[in-house]
Amino acid sequence: MRRRYPTFLISVLAFGYAFLYVPIILVMVYSFNDSRLVSIWGGFSLRWYGELLHNEQIIDAAWLSLRVAVMSATAATVLGTLAALALTRMGRYRGRFLFTGMVAAPLVMPEIITGLSLLLLFVSLQDLVGWPNGRGALTITLSHITFSMAYVAVIVQSRLAAMDATLEEAAMDLGGTPFRVTLDITLPLVMPAMLSGWLLAFTLSLDDLVITSFVSGPGASTLPMVIYSKVKLGLTPDINALATLIIVVVTLCVACAGWLTLSGNAKSPTVARTHN
Amino acid sequence: MSDSAKPPQRDAARANSRPWDDPGQKPFVQITGLTKRFADTPAVNDVSLDVYKGELFAILGGSGSGKTTLLRMLAGFEQPDAGRIVIDGVDMTLIPPYARPLNMMFQSYALFPHMTVGQNVAYGLRKEGLPRADIRQRVNEILALVKLEGLGNRKPEQLSGGQKQRVALARALVKRPKVLLLDEPLAALDKKLREYTQFELMNIQDQLGITFLVVTHDQEEAMTLATRIAVMEAGKFVQIGTPTEIYEFPRNRFVADFFGTINLFAGSVAALSVDTLRLRATDLNGEISAPASGCTTGDNVWIGVRPEKIALAKTAPEGAPRNVFKGVVWDLGYYGNLTVYRVKLENGRIIQVSAQNRVRSSERVAEWYDEVYVSWDAHNSVVLRE
Repeated sequence: MRRRYPTFLISVLAFGYAFLYVPIILVMVYSFNDSRLVSIWGGFSLRWYGELLHNEQIIDAAWLSLRVAVMSATAATVLGTLAALALTRMGRYRGRFLFTGMVAAPLVMPEIITGLSLLLLFVSLQDLVGWPNGRGALTITLSHITFSMAYVAVIVQSRLAAMDATLEEAAMDLGGTPFRVTLDITLPLVMPAMLSGWLLAFTLSLDDLVITSFVSGPGASTLPMVIYSKVKLGLTPDINALATLIIVVVTLCVACAGWLTLSGNAKSPTVARTHN
Repeated sequence: MSDSAKPPQRDAARANSRPWDDPGQKPFVQITGLTKRFADTPAVNDVSLDVYKGELFAILGGSGSGKTTLLRMLAGFEQPDAGRIVIDGVDMTLIPPYARPLNMMFQSYALFPHMTVGQNVAYGLRKEGLPRADIRQRVNEILALVKLEGLGNRKPEQLSGGQKQRVALARALVKRPKVLLLDEPLAALDKKLREYTQFELMNIQDQLGITFLVVTHDQEEAMTLATRIAVMEAGKFVQIGTPTEIYEFPRNRFVADFFGTINLFAGSVAALSVDTLRLRATDLNGEISAPASGCTTGDNVWIGVRPEKIALAKTAPEGAPRNVFKGVVWDLGYYGNLTVYRVKLENGRIIQVSAQNRVRSSERVAEWYDEVYVSWDAHNSVVLRE
């Protein structure tokens, strides 16, 4: 009996992970395939990586994706951190629970709806005030800020909630004005959470296809959009190579974010408040 | 910071002066009618208090007594619903925490984890905008005072509990506040360290002459540290006085019971003479003598006796002392320096007696189930009317 139990668990585990990762591994393996036919192994080669570098459409799209991701992640980190500060440090007030929930709601909002509503907003704004003029990199960035800000807010908020509030009181007691205390104490202590929020926002922006397709315009195609349109015409090996590169970048980002969150929490232990 | 800078106030306090009894003295911290409600229940209810310069004042109370709320209002973290706080003649009620001339030592110490010890201590001075050289000098001075020289570059996580406590103290003292607030300053230390730190705190207070206001739930801490103690219960002060006054002359049963151990007997006054009353105790077969204490015959009162004021012997005491009762040793606890006996009297009532172990011996005055006599002098009875 004792031996069967782990065997069962291990096979479940193996099956589960296979389910998750075999497709991804296949893509990565076939990116080194020399053959032009996607599903037939023709020997090891790096030629598709080389060809990627000469594909102007893909380079342009990658460059746009990168720019949008950096800008939207940065803006989302600033806004999300501010939102988290306001939500956790304004004390108890009516409707706080509602506001906290509303910040997190975009996390579960169907992307189709977010995309549709943003498109509607941009179109009517253009009609009303003439800005944003047309759709392109700007509208994509704005949309990415909207949904990734929610992620940053949730991450920073949980860090703030776990932080010992007496640290801020102590700084204020020593003569720090609320603004200085936020700069001197709060921000340095939530910095790991902000960084991990930034990385997550960056990744989300790099990945996003649905919302981006709604709000982009002619001449502004992000990398996922290019891949999607190319795949519709049939699989080509250079897409495998591109996908492999994206997987590596995203994995690095997520791993960094996770590491930052963990080490940030371990480094500044929250002091348990004893009775008083 | 040197010994010669010892302020005269503290010397006066040393010489047993009692500024609180001197109507000519002006209180340094003046709290009047302070009230704070949380969701309609008052945490602090119309509290008034005068603390004098150089005092080491303790506010003592159990959890939920409102002592922490009171401290937080003094520091400025809570806004009172009513009342005033005046420090050194200046109304502080509406001043934000960062502009008040007082500093606080937090129970959790609240050391900034991303700063070194030196940076922690220097933080308050940097906010004052002092020149760099002055800051360095004052940080070094205060670190020397709390015996932490050379640890300025450590991070808080590299310090022991006692060291953290001293960094917190140094950080709060370095700005030379008019009043230092201490929230359970010794609660997180182990027993040996507490005793040492307690005297350190008193010495430091002595050297700097800063008025200390300590909040604690530990009556022993309050008793040994403080010049005066305010006992707080349900948002109000029950009694304010010196440790001796509170221990020996508690105002009511709550204070008597909260502050140390006491045996309490209920009864009604049966007879009165000039200076003694005789109480017919309802839970004791017999009468107890006590100081008259302004009672009249028929009054229902309580009489309290501290365990160490009761004598225990195997033979009936000679002469005709009052308050002699016979019983059996029901339980005993040996503490090394003293032994605590729980004696079951003839009517089943158990009273506690503690005896100093003055003689080095493996024998005790009495053992389990020995028949013993307990007795105490009439003037050791405390009469409590509420």
